Amino acid sequence: MLGNLINALEALSPSQKFYWLIGGVAALLLIASVIGWLLNRRLLARQNPSETSQKVINNLIARVNAWWVMVVILGIAFLAGKLGTIILFGFISYFALREFMTLTPTRSGDHRTLSLAFFLLIPLHYYLIYIEWYGLFSTLIPVYAFLLMPSISVLAQDTEHFLERAAKIQWGVMIAIYCISHAPALLLLPIINFEGQNLLLLFYFLLIVQLSDVLQYVFGNLFGKTKVAPVVSPNKTLEGLVGGGLSTILVGAALWWMTPFTPLQSAGMAAVIVVMGFLGGLVMSAIKRSLGAKDWGSMIEGHGGMLDRMDSVSFSAPIFFHLVRYFFTS
Amino acid sequence: MLTHLARLGLIALVRLLIGANPRWVNAAPSLAQSIYFTNHTSHLDTLALWVALPAEIRANTRPVAAKDYWGKGIIKQFIALKVLNAVLIDREVSRHTDPLAPLLAALDAGDSLIIFPEGTRRAQAEPSDFKGGLYHLAEAFPQVILIPVYLDTLHRSMPKGSFLPVPLICTVRFGAPLVRQENEHKKVFLARAREAVLSLI
Repeated sequence: MLGNLINALEALSPSQKFYWLIGGVAALLLIASVIGWLLNRRLLARQNPSETSQKVINNLIARVNAWWVMVVILGIAFLAGKLGTIILFGFISYFALREFMTLTPTRSGDHRTLSLAFFLLIPLHYYLIYIEWYGLFSTLIPVYAFLLMPSISVLAQDTEHFLERAAKIQWGVMIAIYCISHAPALLLLPIINFEGQNLLLLFYFLLIVQLSDVLQYVFGNLFGKTKVAPVVSPNKTLEGLVGGGLSTILVGAALWWMTPFTPLQSAGMAAVIVVMGFLGGLVMSAIKRSLGAKDWGSMIEGHGGMLDRMDSVSFSAPIFFHLVRYFFTS
Repeated sequence: MLTHLARLGLIALVRLLIGANPRWVNAAPSLAQSIYFTNHTSHLDTLALWVALPAEIRANTRPVAAKDYWGKGIIKQFIALKVLNAVLIDREVSRHTDPLAPLLAALDAGDSLIIFPEGTRRAQAEPSDFKGGLYHLAEAFPQVILIPVYLDTLHRSMPKGSFLPVPLICTVRFGAPLVRQENEHKKVFLARAREAVLSLI
């Protein structure tokens, strides 16, 4: 019985796998929407509904609704293929960098550097993924932009906080463009026995990262007691991390059939994604707080800004990319 | 048709570039005839405030723009006159004409206005002293509601003399209406108006 199921899953064509997955995600969201609706109805039926419960439930509903929108946008981009996906991630980087730079104090001497980072660096970097020029893709920002951006700023001859400004701009560009772009960069990897299916691997990666976030949030809300990092991120709990992490790893193992991995390898990859995503959430939260903000922005209702949704992606994508590149490509 | 499309396109472009997210601080949007007065740091200011207004209010609100900038060139003129329905004014004061005349006419017709009481763009986050125009308009139309607005980040997005903008999220903060006081001296009123904008920072 189980053997039959395994064989049937492995025998699916890439596009069949894609439709099964998107159907599965839609089913999950439908369940989440129904739960939100039921919780809300139960709360409203009470004599005196507590304000905190109402807040949590409203946030849950807003989050699920935003998920519907994000899944539809992602689905359309995937159907449009490689170009559509790369353009979508280009815009994600643009919005993420916009949030980062809005909160970062820069001076007028950085104006030209920042304009070029938005309107030249983002298109160029994503174009390199499109034409699959791996060498320049991996050095453009850490080498060329790293050296040339402060060189442009220095022309303004403003030495006030120069190192801080240059470092913050480099950090923003690294996180918002370079790190996030390693997700769509999965498309340029020549994975052995996986030709023409790289979009599925990107889908798998995004599913695991976001599922890890969602399950940690769910487990944290249901069982959370022990705060992991109360100063940096008060919502993160040990129970959420362990419960959400372990269940994500299980899901990861069960999704091996859409990847080039065996079930055990898939569990390992999911574990790496969970850990890096968790660290990304912590670090980005600390940066946000050091810049004096609680949310990166307000683009995605219930979630905050683009970077609040992409913080775990930015930390897990490069590591996942390089693990796949090192162990699974020719 | 073309104007309508251009309007939608312009709104989308402004949102993509600077967000222009409205935030009503101790205040709520109202359809009553109003003068929105705000700090002036960049060419994006007019667009940011105009986009941040709710659509029904935006339809009857006309930005006041300098003829020497917006009146030049076919595209800028099309945007100013057709898309934004702006009121163009002469910044060069001449002895024979009242520079406020077009504004008074627009208020008389029942339109709301967006004005920059500093008169010209400044490079810093804090507005400088207000010129007298706001006072005279408020005197002439005491029933019109005066709404202070603060535009953040735009002095970084497109400072004077820059060619390309830097896309930063601009939050457009609308404050509670400024209430006029009987027999208030012009200077006192203008200082109070500036304070109302500053309090939104």
